[in-house]
Amino acid sequence: MTDQGSAFPPHSAQPSGDPAPQGPRQIGAPQADARRGDARQGDARLPEPLPENAHVPALALRGVAKRFGGKIAVDGISLDVPVGSFYGVVGPNGAGKTTTLSMATGLLRPDFGTAHVHGVDVWAHPLEAKRLMGILPDGVRLFDRLSGEQLVTYAGLLRGMDRDVVRSRVADLLAALDLQQDAGTMVVDYSAGMTKKIALASALIHAPKLLVLDEPFESVDPISAANIRSILDSYVASGGTVIVSSHVMDLVQRMCDHVAIVAAGRVLASGRTEEVRAGSSLEERFVQLVGGGHRAGGLEWLRTS
Amino acid sequence: MVAHLLSLKWRLLLNGFRRSPGQLVGIIIGSLYALGVVAVLVFALFILRWAPLDVAAAAVTLGGAAAMLGWSLVPLVASAADLTLDPARFTTSAIPARELLAGLALAGFIGLPGIATAMVSLATVFTWSRSFAAAFGALVGAAMGALTCVVLSKVVTTATASLASSRRFKDISSIVFIVPLMLLGPIFAGVVSGVSESASFLIDLSEVVSWTPLGAAWSLGADLAAGNLLASLAKFLVAALTLAVLFGAWHFLLQRALVTPPYAGSTARKGGRLGLFRALPAHPAGAVAARALYYWLRDPRYAGSLVVVPLLPVLLIFPVGQSGTSAPLLVLGPLTAFLLAWSISADVSYDSTAFALHLASGVRGVHDRLGRALACLSFALPVTLIFTVGSVAMAAQWELLPGMLGLAIGVLLSGLGLSSVVSARYTVAVPLPGESPFKKPPGNVAQTIAVQLIGMLVLTLLVLPEAAILVWQLVSGTGVAGWINLLLGTVLGSVLFVVGISLGGRWLDARGPELFAELSANR
Repeated sequence: MTDQGSAFPPHSAQPSGDPAPQGPRQIGAPQADARRGDARQGDARLPEPLPENAHVPALALRGVAKRFGGKIAVDGISLDVPVGSFYGVVGPNGAGKTTTLSMATGLLRPDFGTAHVHGVDVWAHPLEAKRLMGILPDGVRLFDRLSGEQLVTYAGLLRGMDRDVVRSRVADLLAALDLQQDAGTMVVDYSAGMTKKIALASALIHAPKLLVLDEPFESVDPISAANIRSILDSYVASGGTVIVSSHVMDLVQRMCDHVAIVAAGRVLASGRTEEVRAGSSLEERFVQLVGGGHRAGGLEWLRTS
Repeated sequence: MVAHLLSLKWRLLLNGFRRSPGQLVGIIIGSLYALGVVAVLVFALFILRWAPLDVAAAAVTLGGAAAMLGWSLVPLVASAADLTLDPARFTTSAIPARELLAGLALAGFIGLPGIATAMVSLATVFTWSRSFAAAFGALVGAAMGALTCVVLSKVVTTATASLASSRRFKDISSIVFIVPLMLLGPIFAGVVSGVSESASFLIDLSEVVSWTPLGAAWSLGADLAAGNLLASLAKFLVAALTLAVLFGAWHFLLQRALVTPPYAGSTARKGGRLGLFRALPAHPAGAVAARALYYWLRDPRYAGSLVVVPLLPVLLIFPVGQSGTSAPLLVLGPLTAFLLAWSISADVSYDSTAFALHLASGVRGVHDRLGRALACLSFALPVTLIFTVGSVAMAAQWELLPGMLGLAIGVLLSGLGLSSVVSARYTVAVPLPGESPFKKPPGNVAQTIAVQLIGMLVLTLLVLPEAAILVWQLVSGTGVAGWINLLLGTVLGSVLFVVGISLGGRWLDARGPELFAELSANR
């Protein structure tokens, strides 16, 4: 298990701002030669602390692995998320997306591997790394006996921010997310979509450089989803980096410039979205890579005519 | 279909036993408690076999009526209604209403309260085994009475389902319910003394109650034993009619519930009220304190323990009134200090996974600990001081005041320090956010019990110096010992408070993710 970083495939270690297609090398089938090529690259970086320069990825995972009892949830994932990218992580349920993102953001200690945020080791210097990150975890409660406004203020003050800065940013965020009307309502009485939005506001309050969002569009209505998307788009346009996990392929294909397909705790393909989908739609590519898929026969009795 | 529902409920009950050993311990303790209560009641009913007729009649009738009241009220206020066979879950299954009713009614007997009620009801048959007719009447009455209990509670829960699903109602009812629960002792004692003084009144009362729907079924045996055939027939009609009306009402409500799911609305509120977040210092610890104080007020799991505080003097004054000695009253200050300080020992467990915000924000452990402890201290200190002074005044033992203050302050500060360490290291099984404070929590009950017991033991050791000096003062009568205790309690307590905060903070920094993983497992 210790050398997961070299044993498992591909991450597209793409420097930011390099639009040149890297070709189907690590994209096509993640097979032998591609694996070796990438692994070497991963190994070379592993022991050294990442140097501070423009090519430091916003998030760099190296051989991250986690086991829960007898089940290996994440089986050595290495990923580079370039600065300024809108990065989608897609995978079937139970693929290890949430576990991976939890280990990347300091919520879950990995058994093996490292995570660096803008060159800062998340597990060696958690406080510094957490200052750079805004997190929207999935399936986590909020302090929902506070009003929406109080919750976002709380998130800001917890990070030691100045009260006046917090106040003006809370007002801006509530306006941008269209929550002003319910600012004084307790979060426990919010709808699912409003709850997601207030959690997003709490993640944005300290103006992080990297935003990690686990299933940000789950149970969110189309209007709110468009609202969230436009905020994320302008955040990326201004130089921020966003990582979203999702299993809505359509959304990821339209929204993200980079994508990683994860299944059974491994990365099956990663890179620029158009390279990963290689001509077909992301959904087709996903089904093709993950396997399983359509089985039309067997339910003949269901035909009603 | 009835058999299916019964076996489903039985399976659900059995599966309750197939959790972790820790939970099994909790269930077994609960069952033993119920068994004990049932045994006492059954024994009492057996004894009544040889009691005078009117006394036995009054006891059975009033007891039965009380049981019916309990079945209708408890699910309402405790939000503890057994929803394992919630009719809403059968909405999509297309079961004929008649069979659903019969199945749900009988299934209501499977479960601790149902089994207990059935057993106690059947014991009345022995009470009236004075003649064949009386025993037969009691049997019919017991069956009808127990069934009425179950159906009555179903009617109440179905009727209030949409009300009970509103958060505000749940919050308030679960807090209000604590009051009679806490005062159970005084109420019980009051009833006992009332009974012994006015036995004839109770017999008259039972006469009246036996003609009402609440008591009719339970008085069949008594009337037949007394030879009042006509009266027993009339009461049988009352009981049968009650049952029929209840079934009809339940049928109607169920039909309605199956097509209109409960809806809980709420109104939007504009912002602009930061309240404590503006009042307290703009610092992570200040923010944590503000948040904690809001939870003390708004979360029933915390507010419940606040409601208990003003009841404590009542509980302690009561035995004073009974026995005449004021010694028990002096416990009030230290006891309150202990309860309030220990109440934050499960703080992180109460946060549940919302703790992720603290972890993600990189709050330093010491700030997290300090905020929570100061929030509790801000109201616990005044309350403790007032209660201590008040209890000493009522006992008119002013010479003990400094010593008692020393002990109370020592307990409060040491307890807060200890709680800060305990809640940073161990998670315990508590009701999840938004659930009733009485709900049996998921998670590791064995660890919960161990943490509680060992924690209290450690606290006892920590305040041993203060306790020892107080005893010295009581024995020797030296006034100066009291002043020494006041100084010692304040200084030693403050030191332990600071040590607890910093140690807990360090543990939280080191083990934050592991603690969060435990919380995630319990949610």
